Amino acid sequence: MSESLLKAEGIYKSFVGVQALKNVNFSIKSGEIHCLAGENGSGKSTLIKIISGVYTPDSGYIEFDGKQYTKITPIEAINNGIQVIYQDFSIFPNLTVMENLAFNSELAEGRKIVNWKRMRTIAEEAIAKINFKVDLDAYVGNLTVAEKQMIAISRALMFNTKLIIMDEPTTALTKKEVRNLFNIILKLKEIGIAILFVSHKLNEVFEISENFTILRSGELVASGSTSDLDDRKFSYYMTGREFIPRRFKPVNLSEKPIFEAKHIGLSGFFEDISFSLRRGEIIGITGLLDSGRTELALSMFGIKPISHGSFSIDGKQVQIQSPRDAIEHNLGYVPEDRLTEGLFLSQSIADNIIISEIDRLAKRAGVVDQDKRKEEIERWVQELSIATPDSNNACQTLSGGNQQRIVLAKWLACNLDILVLNGPTVGVDIGSKHDIHGILHELASKGLGLIIISDDLPEIVENCSKILVMKAGRIVAELKADETDEKSILSYML
Amino acid sequence: MMASRNPLQQFQQMYSKDRHLWRLIFMIVIWMLFMAITRFNKFYSMINFQTMAAQFPEFGLMSLGVMLCMITGGIDLSVVGVANLTSILMAFLLINLTSATGALPVYALPLVFLLAILLGAAFGLFNGLLVSKFHIPPILATMGSGELFTGICLAITNGNAVSKFSRTYANTINNRLFDLIPIQLIFFVIMAVVIWFLLSKTVFGTKLYLLGTSDTAARFSGLNNTRLLLQTYMLSSICAALGGMIMLANYNSARADYGTVYTLQCVLIVVLGGVSPVGGKGKISGVVLAIILLRLLETGLNRFPRISSYYISLIWGGVLILVMVLNYFTENRHPLPRDARRAK
Amino acid sequence: MKTTTPISLKKLAGRNEPYIFLVLFALCLLIEFRSGQFFSSNNLVDIASALIVPGLFAIGAFLVIISGGIDVSFPALASLSVYATTKYLLDIQYEGGIWLPIVIALAIGALLGAFNGLFIGYFRLPALIVTLGSSSVFKGIMQGALNSKQLTIIPVGMRTWGTTALFTARNPVSGLTSRMPVAFIVFLIVLGFVFFLMRYTMFGRSIYAIGGSETSAHRAGFNVIRTKVVLYIMVGMIASLAGVIRVCMMQQAHPTNMLGMEMNIIAGVVLGGTAITGGRGTLLGCMLGTLLIVIVENSLILLGIPTSWKSVFTGALIIIGTGISAYQVILMNRIKKTKHSVKEAA
Repeated sequence: MSESLLKAEGIYKSFVGVQALKNVNFSIKSGEIHCLAGENGSGKSTLIKIISGVYTPDSGYIEFDGKQYTKITPIEAINNGIQVIYQDFSIFPNLTVMENLAFNSELAEGRKIVNWKRMRTIAEEAIAKINFKVDLDAYVGNLTVAEKQMIAISRALMFNTKLIIMDEPTTALTKKEVRNLFNIILKLKEIGIAILFVSHKLNEVFEISENFTILRSGELVASGSTSDLDDRKFSYYMTGREFIPRRFKPVNLSEKPIFEAKHIGLSGFFEDISFSLRRGEIIGITGLLDSGRTELALSMFGIKPISHGSFSIDGKQVQIQSPRDAIEHNLGYVPEDRLTEGLFLSQSIADNIIISEIDRLAKRAGVVDQDKRKEEIERWVQELSIATPDSNNACQTLSGGNQQRIVLAKWLACNLDILVLNGPTVGVDIGSKHDIHGILHELASKGLGLIIISDDLPEIVENCSKILVMKAGRIVAELKADETDEKSILSYML
Repeated sequence: MMASRNPLQQFQQMYSKDRHLWRLIFMIVIWMLFMAITRFNKFYSMINFQTMAAQFPEFGLMSLGVMLCMITGGIDLSVVGVANLTSILMAFLLINLTSATGALPVYALPLVFLLAILLGAAFGLFNGLLVSKFHIPPILATMGSGELFTGICLAITNGNAVSKFSRTYANTINNRLFDLIPIQLIFFVIMAVVIWFLLSKTVFGTKLYLLGTSDTAARFSGLNNTRLLLQTYMLSSICAALGGMIMLANYNSARADYGTVYTLQCVLIVVLGGVSPVGGKGKISGVVLAIILLRLLETGLNRFPRISSYYISLIWGGVLILVMVLNYFTENRHPLPRDARRAK
Repeated sequence: MKTTTPISLKKLAGRNEPYIFLVLFALCLLIEFRSGQFFSSNNLVDIASALIVPGLFAIGAFLVIISGGIDVSFPALASLSVYATTKYLLDIQYEGGIWLPIVIALAIGALLGAFNGLFIGYFRLPALIVTLGSSSVFKGIMQGALNSKQLTIIPVGMRTWGTTALFTARNPVSGLTSRMPVAFIVFLIVLGFVFFLMRYTMFGRSIYAIGGSETSAHRAGFNVIRTKVVLYIMVGMIASLAGVIRVCMMQQAHPTNMLGMEMNIIAGVVLGGTAITGGRGTLLGCMLGTLLIVIVENSLILLGIPTSWKSVFTGALIIIGTGISAYQVILMNRIKKTKHSVKEAA
């Protein structure tokens, strides 16, 4: 028992009317790699904030190195060796790498005057610890996500650190960078530092962590060794539901393709891409982060129009130079970054749903037909089971899964023939993920043609009939979903 | 699906949705009561209200323009420059149209107003292009264009007032419909109604609010950001141009340096009216209430001769900060995630 | 995969100062070419003299903008400080030197700056709106409470200091002489102080940090609230100092004379490469930008352009300058996107 580096016992925490945590226990040993998993609203970020001192538990205590605390301040947590790396890495994009690294320790030592030489030495020592090669004078805003993360980790190591908490560390990392990160985590383990990382990505939980803790609706539902865990148990613990794996089987495929790309290219990103999509079909496009898959998606929607080649819809060649063109050709796009590209967070759910079809809801002189509008909103809220008491509430009041449903509703309201989705279930809880996939299957069976762009290989394999693998801007493989598996797809990607 | 049981609960629901507006109304009521008690006769007179109603449309119209731009997440600091340049150019035209006897042809008034609107549209187009095509931050673009327009005013007038045109213009505008309603007010009301209509009833309005919330999401939703911005800034400058024409009537002259205080004053009014400088929020009713409140405060203050009328500046600033602080205390109960992307 | 923009452009696109300097230099050469008078000793002294007050204001505006805020109240703040100081000293029939007026004005400036700091730093209200409001409040106090009339006579100490010259420059051609005011030294001292502050103290770096990301600053351990309050107090003091210098140089205290300068000052700061969103910019760039605006406002006459055309040029300058900056940002973003692809392929 005294082996534990950190223990949290009987933690209760509530906010205005919401019980965020109920009787949660947690423990982690020195050098242990532990994954904390849970859906949105499960309480995992609250638990992290309690451990790092940002929140105070209503009852229960935290035990660190044998000492018990009912209340811990952020400074005490830091002094106890707890470092948190947030999703934004707490960096200053407008300053150099050197300053980003050295600030914390300069402040901790109460320094008032800046000695640039000393800061440089501190920075050099910090990056040496994890063998991170970077230009200390570069502005952090210009670095890649992985490099920013390395800075955050280097910085975290500067203070007699015993435990590093990472919040969803692998979002926006390429496969190679994730590998690099895991290597570093293993190195940290060797020197006795414990790592607690928050994730809902199944494969990571299995690949790197030794132990896990799963929260659901503020309660502890499972914890233990990762070797005792499998896919189904994981999903069950996370959601409380059993999921039957369900493969997509195309029905009602149209004879002629609804959407074709003929030797399309965009200078600097991809070239000579050709494919055809039939009604009722779901095509999956996958590849590494830099394979050009995102730019391909954006070119289909007119955000980054193609420089060579052509698109055809229903056999006729079309120009897609802007999103408006795409929409007018009944092609919609569910974007990668839901929060900044897909939704107007502070606006009402209602407005978010109708915005792309809004011109169709106008009477003369551009006046909105209020009855039609109400009808549309009610229809889509119902069809997509968007969980909200009032469609005039702001979007940001909803969970990730519900927000993605709003984005889907927006496009479905436009009466599309073709829907392109980029990372449709990123950051979406397992339950909603399953439901959204179901919706996509249904859309296909109703006659839409769908293109899913994703690097979530299980998602691609289960939900597509045809898979295109991209590498360095070209299509390197065209596979049938029922004749291939994740391993072979991966081998084409790398 | 809102449960509306009794009137008190209904009011509470209405209140929490438009807290800001109700606060303004509350302050107006308090002040009017105060004036009723202390200076009833002097304040509650038709003359007083009519004077108020004739004066504020100058900057009231400009405020409408600034409001539109703010809703899209921008701002228009060129309103005064546009107003003055328009009024100066139209003053020159009026001089040419004025006959030897000091009369104006029948078509003169409609003509100058039509031209004023066209000029406003042109200036607004310029602003809109700077903001949408060149991606210059609106605060800087309109700061520059405002300076440019004012500069042109100074250059063509050499700093002097343009005034030797027929008095008919001022007399017509400075008149009262049915001997009751000042014509200036009618201009303001018409524009306010037009903008209210656009914002709350049309597709354009919805698009504007959403564009102001996130221009990225707007682009990804198929909105034509460029066109929306051009339309917004054109409308704003049209309002400003009309404001200039009102000033032309009120002062019976045009000068490059009229109304310089109005620039920041309009921003103040708009913010007081509940428009968020970050964009995506704001109602005409708020702006109108803010104008009414500030106007009432000012004229009321004038009825206390022993208190310097310069104090009005203090009251304006004080009310603005007071309302902001009140908002801070109530909004913190429902904290929204702070998105630090936009400029202040 | 080929990149469409050469990488060397990245370095140039990032730094604004070389551009401004080039434009400045070109303008000076142009004026010299047209009039032969630009680089004459008395003209240079005139420009330096004209730079003092806007320069000080610009330093204050620079600090605020770097921190991610914006301040439109500084002319009103300065006017109130110096007007109150002058009136008080006149009332008590002060006969002493310049030190007391400066100290009083600084004290008032600190108080007024703290007013801004309270609402912006502690209540976290948006800086633009707060300073709009405080600008009104300061104006109201000055014009209302102090019953502002132009004070044509100012205390003798201020008067003599305003006319004291460091040296006098004489133009051999035109015979004109220009006095270099002692106040220029004050300007240089403040400039040096702020330079040291921003470059060599944690306080200065914290302003950059807050402008870059307030949440990160808070997490790193910076006391964001205290820093902002101190910042606005400092800016209030610098603005008041500028006000005192202005009154001394003009030999009278006019209540509304400085009002309306805020936009041009901010424009100068932005022209010098300071991002309006905060976190980026150098004092050097800020001074170059302000110098550019000052020269355009003062020396156009040497180009044969009548003074009534001044605003046209400053307006056009702001538009062109910010247009170029905006274009640079777009260029940099485009480079950033291709950089990611190139790096990964490697």
